[in-house]
Amino acid sequence: MITPPRDARVRAGIWLLGFLIVGAVVGPWIAPGDPVSINDVMGTRLKPPFATGERGAIHVLGTDAFGRDVLGRVWIAARLSLAVGVAGSLLAGALGVLLGALGGWVGGVVDRVLLAIGDAMLAIPRLVLLLVIAALWGPGLPTVVTVLALTGWMGVARLVRADVLGVRIQPYVEAATALGVPSSRLLVRHVLPNALGAAVVAITLGVGNAILLESGLSFLGLGIQPPAPSWGNMIAGGREWLLIAPWIALAPGIALVLTVIACTLIGDGLTRGGPASVDERARS
Amino acid sequence: MRHTLPRLVDALFLLWLVATLTFLLIRLAPGDPASLLVSPTASVAQIAAQRAVFGLDGSLLEQYGRWLGALLRGDLGTSLALSRPVSSVIVEALPLSLLLGGVSLALSVIAGVGVGGWQARRVGATSDTITTVITTALYAAPSFWLALALLVIATSGPAVFGAPAWMRLPAFGVHTPAATLSGWPAIVDVARHAVLPVLVLTLTGAAAIARYARSAIAEAWRAPHVRAAVARGLPSRALRRRYVVRNAIAPIVVLVGLALPGVVAGSVFVEQVFAWPGLGRTMLQAIASRDYPVVLGLTVLYASVVIAANLVADVVAQSLDPRRRPA
Repeated sequence: MITPPRDARVRAGIWLLGFLIVGAVVGPWIAPGDPVSINDVMGTRLKPPFATGERGAIHVLGTDAFGRDVLGRVWIAARLSLAVGVAGSLLAGALGVLLGALGGWVGGVVDRVLLAIGDAMLAIPRLVLLLVIAALWGPGLPTVVTVLALTGWMGVARLVRADVLGVRIQPYVEAATALGVPSSRLLVRHVLPNALGAAVVAITLGVGNAILLESGLSFLGLGIQPPAPSWGNMIAGGREWLLIAPWIALAPGIALVLTVIACTLIGDGLTRGGPASVDERARS
Repeated sequence: MRHTLPRLVDALFLLWLVATLTFLLIRLAPGDPASLLVSPTASVAQIAAQRAVFGLDGSLLEQYGRWLGALLRGDLGTSLALSRPVSSVIVEALPLSLLLGGVSLALSVIAGVGVGGWQARRVGATSDTITTVITTALYAAPSFWLALALLVIATSGPAVFGAPAWMRLPAFGVHTPAATLSGWPAIVDVARHAVLPVLVLTLTGAAAIARYARSAIAEAWRAPHVRAAVARGLPSRALRRRYVVRNAIAPIVVLVGLALPGVVAGSVFVEQVFAWPGLGRTMLQAIASRDYPVVLGLTVLYASVVIAANLVADVVAQSLDPRRRPA
């Protein structure tokens, strides 16, 4: 059933994302020196890009203030950032599918309450919501993923709800009801599979957004905590060396931009006519 | 107006819901602000007294009632960390944020619609593809990183290339420290400080708008009545003004309303990087010092701006495009 995607943007996005994932898996192994631990600080720190390090290894993106290879750290951070982005977006999507299907299927008061809560949460800029929750519940990896899920479900829930409402009046659903299929089975087997198309696209688009938000939180010190490297906290850490060694802060940002471009290309291609629905794009 | 009133009621209900959700979110969080803000040796009685001062005594429902009542009277409470009214904290920071946000939003719309409209006439051409790559990259770039990159260029760039000193833009704050300027030089000083933050916000904002404007305007050009007008030989200026812009403007107005949270989010980072003491920076400081009334007040303020902007955008879009009016 899987055919190669015809849209050039989707193909380009998948290649780019594939490159980043391969880099995240094998990059840390082939980086010169240990990107995590600190060795001879005075001798190895703040080397510019393409400088030769110990034993002739080349630091393609230079070294940081502790003499660690920047490219190696970018790849290690890629593991965390990509994983958090995918996990955050998937969890948000799962919550959105659950609540959207619940509202659309049950209807009535439940639906109206869920809609109102979703609208209220959409009215608060997502970053503000993220900042408040992350700060109050204490920063860290589990908080970041939870918070991304709690603040990202509304768009998916709207899409799923609308599709469930559309599907439930289809003749085949009516036929299944007439045959006596129980309501829960009807929802899971007949309605949901036909109401997930738009949600899958929204979740894909949400990955790039989640990665951006995680990096933002980590940049502000409310996300992934050092020494665990994430692109956001690497940029924050490179800030003090900005004018002496700009590569420390700029390199992780380039990885971040490439990742989000890949996700945007795939999302654009999947929604065909260009930028996706306006809701998804107002990144906040 | 007939269509506006029910929306206004909806918007007020939404605002109440936002305020309530935010209140619950903050009050149900672990940690007790009263015990955080008294001295470590304080007795139980002193903590209780402090709690009463902060309005944190009584049941959650009582606190909520008091807070909502005060909110309706326009009283946002007193900042725990700064010991002054939250409203005065906000009033102090608001003009600075409005300056950044307003200027950059206006520039973003002009640049974004301009670039998008220019691309819409040459969809598929090499120049269009290159522009799309640039706008996509800018759209993907986190504003704090873009801010740092620009900072490197603006501070060390002119020095490396031997540019005159006036081209080196200040990167931190609003005023030159210790400078006693007044009148015109003071305005120029603030404007020079605003260049970099406005540039960052404009680049990201314009990229987002251009991406959308391109497809909206291209779609308007493809509409049958526009193609018929092209076939009839209407001059392209009249075409653009009377046929294309009229059809593309409504979705763009809605987009600008929806882009506002993005401007807010961007300004949090940009204000942080450039040490610009606006609302975003105030919010970050309040969060760091667990200043609950300020966090609550600012969240409600942000949400009301977003709700109001969406409402205005919808109403404007409806007045521009009758097809959007409810039957």
